[in-house]
Amino acid sequence: MRNDMKSWWRSGAPWIWLNAAAVSASLAMVIGLLGLIAYNGLGHFWPHAVWAIEYNAADGSGTQHLIGEITDEEVTSVERMRHAGAQLPENIGEDLDRYLLKTGNRDVSGLDFRWILQPLIVERLRPHDLVVFERTEWGNFYGFIKNIKQDGVIVSEGNAAWLELQARLEKIDEVRGQIRHLEKGEIGAINYRIEQLRLERRRLELEGRDTPERLAQLDSERQVLQTQFGHLRKELDAKYQAISGDSVTMAVMNRQEVEVPLAKIVRAYRPNDMGALQKAGFYLSKLWEFVSADPREANTEGGIFPAIFGTVIMVMLMSVIVTPFGVVAAVYLREYARQGPLTRLIRIAVNNLAGVPSIVYGVFGLGFFVYFLGGNIDQLFYPEALPAPTFGTPGLMWASLTLALLTLPVVIVATEEGLARIPSSIREGSLALGATKAETLWRTVLPMASPAMMTGLILAVARAAGEVAPLMLVGVVKLAPSLPLDGNPPFVHLDRKFMHLGFHIYDVGFQSPNVEAARPLVYATALLLVVVILVLNMAAIAIRNRLRERYRELEQ
Amino acid sequence: MSMEMKNAQGIDPSVIPRSLESNDLSREDHCIRVRNLNLYYGKAQALKDVNMDIARKRVTAFIGPSGCGKSTLLRCFNRMNDLVGSVRIEGSIELDGEEINAKSVQVAQLRQRVGMVFQKPNPFPKSIYENVAYGLRLQGVKSRRTLDDIIEKALRGAALWDEVKDRLHDNALGISGGQQQRLVIARAIAVEPEVLLLDEPASALDPISTLKIEELIDELKDKYTIVIVTHNMQQAARVSDFTAFMYLGKLIEYDATNKIFTNPAEKMTEDYVTGRYG
Repeated sequence: MRNDMKSWWRSGAPWIWLNAAAVSASLAMVIGLLGLIAYNGLGHFWPHAVWAIEYNAADGSGTQHLIGEITDEEVTSVERMRHAGAQLPENIGEDLDRYLLKTGNRDVSGLDFRWILQPLIVERLRPHDLVVFERTEWGNFYGFIKNIKQDGVIVSEGNAAWLELQARLEKIDEVRGQIRHLEKGEIGAINYRIEQLRLERRRLELEGRDTPERLAQLDSERQVLQTQFGHLRKELDAKYQAISGDSVTMAVMNRQEVEVPLAKIVRAYRPNDMGALQKAGFYLSKLWEFVSADPREANTEGGIFPAIFGTVIMVMLMSVIVTPFGVVAAVYLREYARQGPLTRLIRIAVNNLAGVPSIVYGVFGLGFFVYFLGGNIDQLFYPEALPAPTFGTPGLMWASLTLALLTLPVVIVATEEGLARIPSSIREGSLALGATKAETLWRTVLPMASPAMMTGLILAVARAAGEVAPLMLVGVVKLAPSLPLDGNPPFVHLDRKFMHLGFHIYDVGFQSPNVEAARPLVYATALLLVVVILVLNMAAIAIRNRLRERYRELEQ
Repeated sequence: MSMEMKNAQGIDPSVIPRSLESNDLSREDHCIRVRNLNLYYGKAQALKDVNMDIARKRVTAFIGPSGCGKSTLLRCFNRMNDLVGSVRIEGSIELDGEEINAKSVQVAQLRQRVGMVFQKPNPFPKSIYENVAYGLRLQGVKSRRTLDDIIEKALRGAALWDEVKDRLHDNALGISGGQQQRLVIARAIAVEPEVLLLDEPASALDPISTLKIEELIDELKDKYTIVIVTHNMQQAARVSDFTAFMYLGKLIEYDATNKIFTNPAEKMTEDYVTGRYG
């Protein structure tokens, strides 16, 4: 028996078990993490049942009629509740359930979440005709439809009102689309052009070339734009007018009646009346809205498309900057610089740069890129816009540059390793055929080292996409009015501020006025951030594998 | 010492034929002329006062024990030693009467005239076609037809054409070691060098591939001046017209191959070729 144990020990089996256990634990942690985020984040978009609850108020003030979704439940002690002033019936034991009820209607009641105690519930129902509105402001609205009014006159009542409401909302939605197109597209473009004309005029003045003819020309151009703007403005007002007349009267909690303008309703649905298939369809449309729409209501509603877009474009810009820069530096260090104490010192410095906390890069970016470089660029190239800064303020370009700096060591180290791994026989073969050192580098060494460069880039992307702290200093904002890419020349606006998923998580989670409503969004955004990083990495890995296939000698 | 004794050391007399009268160094046209060559790696002297003339369109073999400087000497002829940072060279090496270490000489151009094949096959991780085209593209040859012609000629010259003509665009790393070495030779002769330096070209190959390389050397010497470094004395005896024996950085003896192997002037040479040390 002892012998068996000894031989088992010597066979290395325990060691293998230990390793396998470590791997399993890591795997379980990763899966658990993603699972938790996915469960909490993705559940948010499912249309939950809405309850109408008859409730004895905990303070003994009488019976209330509550409406809302149950978003959370927990067990708490009766003792504690009593201590907090709840008037509970006798003989209900030690513990009780309490539910977090999302009652919405923040504009009516001031609060949109409240805890209710299970023993005080008299009756709870899921009426089919309970309607939920998502609104452009003040969050969700729950209630029963009473009637629909057009300019104050009732046009529909009772059961027919629900169908009427949907028909009207469809029309309003269409008009709202047109309004958005007008505001963001055409009026936005005109405003942009008018601003450009203003800057042009200022530039001419500064350079002393403001001849009357030139100014007259600018004025006439401006006049044309102004007229166009006037027309669009009128069109826009008409559209706003068209949708402002309708309203719906709703019976809400405690039998109150409230009138809601239809123009404020984004979406209306009756969750208790939905079949599984309808719910699935609703879920997908909500999910699509989340990834494709602009945020509403201080980022707690709507989508996060600008943040996805900002993250991706920032990472891409960073890659475009860091790759050539890092590769060139690595080539010099490895191929041209004389190996000695100085190069060793530089290598140590580069490696240490990778360990500098990222916020320090943010401070550097703010001090050097934004204030020094940006300030000087403004003085030299954009004096007409001063004192309003163009590049002398945090923006996309500075954020990308800062992150490029942050990830530079990774690219340099990976590229250097790749260069070092190329056998000297290959270089000699090339040189022996009459290639110069530069030709050898370009034709043979660099292509063969390209998978290593991609490895560096993959690591850089992974690090940059998840970085938040430095970005807060150099260009990320809570809400960016326009994307850094649009239809106005020069199309790519590197000076604009942008939104970022990582910062969005922080902002929604900690800076939001409505923490309970925002919590699921934090999870959903986190999940999306992981997905975005995954996609970016997969793309880079796919490219690297193709390159490896081509230069597979190194793998032998 | 009689000839039979040397044969007992494994040298087959049938491979030492070569018309004796033609192998007289002084009557040859000299392609490379080395005078008073000293080479130092840092403080260590690797070549000591080497003087030799390499005959044009003949095969010259360098033999000698490991570390004797034969590879170093070979690498002087296309200035491969430049790649070693601490190297210092004194004396003169002339190629066709022109000093190759002169400042005015462009190394890349020199290396186009003096091709080199290394011990281990080192094809680039590209197609067979692109491997052979490498040197030509460096010279700016762009025409597809010209490239096709030269590549076919080079591959035929390296006795590889029939084996690879159907897969010219396959990766060169997919062919056998012997084929790779011939590909590397094809790559070298595609740029039409005057001199071909072979640094133990068959030492990493199997016997059949070695035989093919040796046959190839025999064919190539009609067009190129060939200098070969080898550890294998039978090989030196089989393929070369002249043999230089080196020891500890010195050129001990340099003469017609049959003379070195049958009747060396130096005792050290005799000891080495008969296998008493080395």
